[in-house]
Amino acid sequence: MKLMEGSEAIAEAAIAAGCRFFAGYPMTPFTELLEHFAKRLPDEGGVCINAESELEAAGMAWGALATGARAATGSTGQGLSLMQESFSEITLAELPLVIFNMARGQQDYYQSTRGGGHGDYRHIVLAPMDIPEAVELTQLAFHLADKWRNPVLVYGDYLLAHTHEAVDVNPIVFDGALPEKDWALDGSLGGTGQSRLVSPLGFEKSGRESPGIEAHLRRISAKHAEISATEVRVESGYCDDAETVIVAFGPPGKFVRYVVAQLRAEGEKVGYVRPITLWPFPTEAVAAAADGATRVGVFELCAGQMIDDVRLGVLGRAPVVGIGGISTDASGFGVGPLLDVEIIRERVFALHRDLPLPSLPDNDRSF
Amino acid sequence: MTSTNTELKVIGQQLPDLLLTAHHHMCPGCGEPLALRGCLESISDLGLSQRTIAVAGIGCYTSFSMTTDLDLVQALHGRAPSVATGVKRMLPDSIVYTLQGDGDMVNEGLQEVLHAAARGENITCVLLNNGVFGETGGHMTATTVLGQRTKNSLEGRDPTYHGFPILIGDLIAQLEGAAYVARGSVHNAGSVARTAKMFRRAFEVQMRGEGFSFVEVLTMCPTGWFIPTIEGPQYMQDTLGEVHIMGELKVDGVIHTTDELHAQNVLKAAEMEKALARGGIDT
Ligand SMILES: Cc1ncc(C[n+]2csc(CCOP(=O)(O)OP(=O)(O)O)c2C)c(N)n1
Ligand code: SF4
Ligand SMILES: [Mg+2]
Repeated sequence: MKLMEGSEAIAEAAIAAGCRFFAGYPMTPFTELLEHFAKRLPDEGGVCINAESELEAAGMAWGALATGARAATGSTGQGLSLMQESFSEITLAELPLVIFNMARGQQDYYQSTRGGGHGDYRHIVLAPMDIPEAVELTQLAFHLADKWRNPVLVYGDYLLAHTHEAVDVNPIVFDGALPEKDWALDGSLGGTGQSRLVSPLGFEKSGRESPGIEAHLRRISAKHAEISATEVRVESGYCDDAETVIVAFGPPGKFVRYVVAQLRAEGEKVGYVRPITLWPFPTEAVAAAADGATRVGVFELCAGQMIDDVRLGVLGRAPVVGIGGISTDASGFGVGPLLDVEIIRERVFALHRDLPLPSLPDNDRSF
Repeated sequence: MTSTNTELKVIGQQLPDLLLTAHHHMCPGCGEPLALRGCLESISDLGLSQRTIAVAGIGCYTSFSMTTDLDLVQALHGRAPSVATGVKRMLPDSIVYTLQGDGDMVNEGLQEVLHAAARGENITCVLLNNGVFGETGGHMTATTVLGQRTKNSLEGRDPTYHGFPILIGDLIAQLEGAAYVARGSVHNAGSVARTAKMFRRAFEVQMRGEGFSFVEVLTMCPTGWFIPTIEGPQYMQDTLGEVHIMGELKVDGVIHTTDELHAQNVLKAAEMEKALARGGIDT
């Protein structure tokens, strides 16, 4: 065990998973992840580039991926907004990109799961609740990206990036053989008539059978349906007889789990669902938890984004109420006063007893 | 000149090694296939076919991605230099080049190519400069010359309204990381031959690991210029060719600006005139 900052642990986990290329552009609270890659990758025979913009960071990762390397990029949601054109097209080029979002709160749920980019594309989104889980899910991200030839996004935040915790980073061997990267370019096939093309456009080299863009898009969309049916990950607790079910993800999901366990110990019939994959969303787990429940609460640190997916899961079985909200520190980068066990407990309890929700705690500091 | 060679070769037999087919989707009179040929022939002549990775931008030349017999990454509009950077950093022994247009490189992706050059990234960026967005139908780009008519500079590019063109080669030559910078053209046989040498030098610079190399090629776009196909080469010479002047802008650390190349051309033309007035050219 070693005491590590979350950013360091995530970088180490990525390196343990074989990541050998990273490109990024500094932005709080993502910056330390870039710093750790910059410090560590050269020792491992890898490369970390301090790209001149987020657009270039995404492009550089694209190039590295095309050679078959395990490669990643990242930023906060703001920086990722700039990368969306590449993210859409990297998905259509079927390259196994891993993306880290060290988000400012949970405001990037839509961006991560719906995409800020164009077209019919999907990213697998993994949302760890703490550093040990981030170490595992970071490695899983590289595995799933290769398994599906599809980008995987790891959704972190200020708390994950900046909390220190004692962790072990050991390489994880995941079940199932990965497909060979026979599409990867090394330059060796020029002039042989067998040269390769890595392209989002759905065309093959001249003289070969070429699916064309329509068939290409349909095939990728079918792949996404398959991922959606097989890659859901979720944790839930106390839902069998729960009158009130709370859905929350990431570190707030860990807070909610703690609060629910406390209330249960006091005899309150509450339960929780913690989506670990935000896409594919654990719709069935939410539906099962809502069956027989009187109400479903959604605790998220934003104006209400995941609540849409929860409603689609609950599908009218019970009323769905948002009990989270916008809460940040004075800088807007970090954790706000809402992420607090006592305050969350009050809100869960109020929902459970059909009492009015307490008003949101204010961040009273200002510049 | 009359040719005594009666055994004319058909084009199919002259297919460059690195093209999968002689068919293309370009307009008649387009200069881009000529530039492509120069690029691919120099790769094959230098024995680099089996260690080269191409990265293509988005423009009319994107169709070459399907016909070029090299390992190739199709990048987005403007983004080829960063993609090429990722490729090269993972495979430092390979030869990596980008193929981009003026819209792609000088408009959409200007900072990409400048930073790649400044970093001294050991890649070659190739610019097919026709002074328009050919693919979208003949719109003004950052290299469109003053007075040039495009679909969004109908009465000709006016500096007070549209601003001035960028001489991209000069910008790049200023950067320490740029090792070789040249501007060629394909509007006549002499220029095609000169441009072929530029490609060769650029790839040699990359082979020696000396840093960033850059070859700009002026290419005819009769469709985007709204002129008869046959007038392409002359129009090129009279418009783009008067501003984006052909020559080597940086060799072995020495910079020659476009202004200097222009002055040299003026001098040469004057000498030529004098010689003609004397009744012949000394050789
Ligand atoms: C982000 C983005 N914006 C716009 C376009 C549309 N587009 C496709 S090709 C092109 C112009 C290409 O011009 P250039 O690079 O000069 O190539 P040419 O067609 O002249 O050879 C544009 C604007 C695009 N593909 N992507
Ligand atoms: S539009 Fe211009 S650049 Fe495009 S193929 Fe036609 S002539 Fe060539
Ligand atoms: Mg152009």
